[in-house]
Amino acid sequence: MDAHTTSALLYLDAVTVSFDGFRAINDLSLTIEPGEMRAIIGPNGAGKTTMMDIITGKTRPDKGDVFFDGGRHDLTKLDETQIAELGIGRKFQKPTVFDMHTVEDNLRLALKGDRTARATLVWRETRDEQVRINEILATIRLNAVRSRVAGSLSHGQKQWLEIGMLLAQDPKLLLVDEPVAGMTDVETHQTAELLKEIAKVKTVVVVEHDMTFVRELGVKVTCLHEGSVLAEGTIDQVSQNDRVVEVYLGR
Amino acid sequence: MTGSPLIRALDRGAVWFVLVLAAVGILVPLLNLLLPESSPWHVPTYLVALWGKYVCYALLALSIDLIWGYCGILSLGHGAFFALGGYAMGMYLMRQIGTRGVYADPIRPDFMVFLNWPELPVYWYGFNHFAYAALMVLLVPGLLAFVFGWFAFRSRVTGVYLSIITQALTYALMLGFFRNNFGFGGNNGLTDFKDILGFNVQAQPTRAALFAASVAALILGFLICRTVVASKLGMVLVSIRDAEARTRFLGYRVENYKLFVFTLSACMAGVAGALYVPQVGIINPSEFAPGNSIEAVIWVAVGGRGTLIGAVIGAVAVNWGKTTFTSGVLAPYWLFVLGSLFVLVTLLLPRGIVGTVKHYWRVWHERREVVAAERAEAAPKPAE
Repeated sequence: MDAHTTSALLYLDAVTVSFDGFRAINDLSLTIEPGEMRAIIGPNGAGKTTMMDIITGKTRPDKGDVFFDGGRHDLTKLDETQIAELGIGRKFQKPTVFDMHTVEDNLRLALKGDRTARATLVWRETRDEQVRINEILATIRLNAVRSRVAGSLSHGQKQWLEIGMLLAQDPKLLLVDEPVAGMTDVETHQTAELLKEIAKVKTVVVVEHDMTFVRELGVKVTCLHEGSVLAEGTIDQVSQNDRVVEVYLGR
Repeated sequence: MTGSPLIRALDRGAVWFVLVLAAVGILVPLLNLLLPESSPWHVPTYLVALWGKYVCYALLALSIDLIWGYCGILSLGHGAFFALGGYAMGMYLMRQIGTRGVYADPIRPDFMVFLNWPELPVYWYGFNHFAYAALMVLLVPGLLAFVFGWFAFRSRVTGVYLSIITQALTYALMLGFFRNNFGFGGNNGLTDFKDILGFNVQAQPTRAALFAASVAALILGFLICRTVVASKLGMVLVSIRDAEARTRFLGYRVENYKLFVFTLSACMAGVAGALYVPQVGIINPSEFAPGNSIEAVIWVAVGGRGTLIGAVIGAVAVNWGKTTFTSGVLAPYWLFVLGSLFVLVTLLLPRGIVGTVKHYWRVWHERREVVAAERAEAAPKPAE
């Protein structure tokens, strides 16, 4: 398939990257259609996070194509900031919020808008921005702690705040790395609800270990192993795949 | 966070601080000039000059706090920008000497005559005009910082590596300025100044005026820093300090932000140096010594980084200590005092003086709020 005629929002073809001879990503091909929600599973070291690094411009692939938005943008030629501007938002594995800023300010910084130094120097909050922040605070259920510094939040709250920051960026594609790591069962359930809500209007890629959570999402699943796709399909198909059982789920 | 950037910048602490500075800037020169020496309130001229020096150091500390405290850029070479500003002012003062020099040459400063230079080097042109020199005070440090920062931040040099190359920068400049053929008076530097804007630099009113000008520059510098850190740009700076990669993934051009504050900070350091030189009467290459830049960072650490006010307090307190210690029986031990001060502050007072006060103030405040909230909770709710 010619990359430039693809309808896919995200298109990876035969991507390979190695670190000191270790092939973290090995001939990986993956397409995400607009509006789709995809779960990515796989054992440790399968290359899930490296894949995120390649898409967001942190790591350059040795070989292969990475295209965004129907083949319009070659992501291998852009840096992190340019890719973020195109509309790819990322939530990290370890929740990274700005600890010294309040919850509200974290969202303010993430909110879509002019990112130049000159614009931020003379910035004044508009009515629209206030409204949008209130909406997001309601969505991520953090209204009660809006003026607390983010560093004082619980682990689960930080995860939500980071999802909220993703929403504030208003990206076309959300990459969500292990959103429920370290969460209680209730929080995990609430996060699944939240992501499903977001997926109604956005394209979302979720990397997660928690199989209960992935099952709850009820979307197409891709299992990675040693840097390439091992199996793809519904959660039931994938979890019955012999190879997946062998390398990941265990017998 | 609402309202215009300037109004946000002036919180209660900032207003009080500016008022205190303004009072010092007005009262000290007046008490020096108007009261007779016999009066107990008279401020002796030597103290005016000494405090004027502290004020210049405070402005240097402020410029370091802006980049280190708010953006995490630890420059161990900020003395270079201070010294460059100082040299620009020194060149103006040298050209004002004119025929009053030892060799009485109307154009060339003494050291050029002594070195048998036939004419004034091109880069000394224009320094006989104060406005041109003043422009250079800002432009030379600013331009160097811009070019240096352009390469360093674009290549993503951060942390200790950046600190090391800033040390190398100031060290290289020191070696350069020590050379006679560099054209800035070699190891003697520039001295024997006579006039500034037509007034005798040694005269009591000039010293008082220089003190007031230094305080005014400090106030202006403080207001600029406050405006920057209270703006959304300031929020981005703190984000860069705490999580640089995250800021980049949010779509902010981290290198542009760093370049902006680094250049701004270098200009401020240059102004500090320019006001320092006429008050101490000399500028020589030892101002570029790496140790000077490290000392300035210690002032900020002692006062409390990321507080601005702390940088000023730290610079004045440490230098007051230095003056006290180096002029008595303890003189040989000053470096031990400075070293242990840094170790003790790092271990026991990592937030610095102002940072610690602010922290406990906040803790106490929050506790009071919690207590108040609990009390409100316990009280019977009014009927709805």
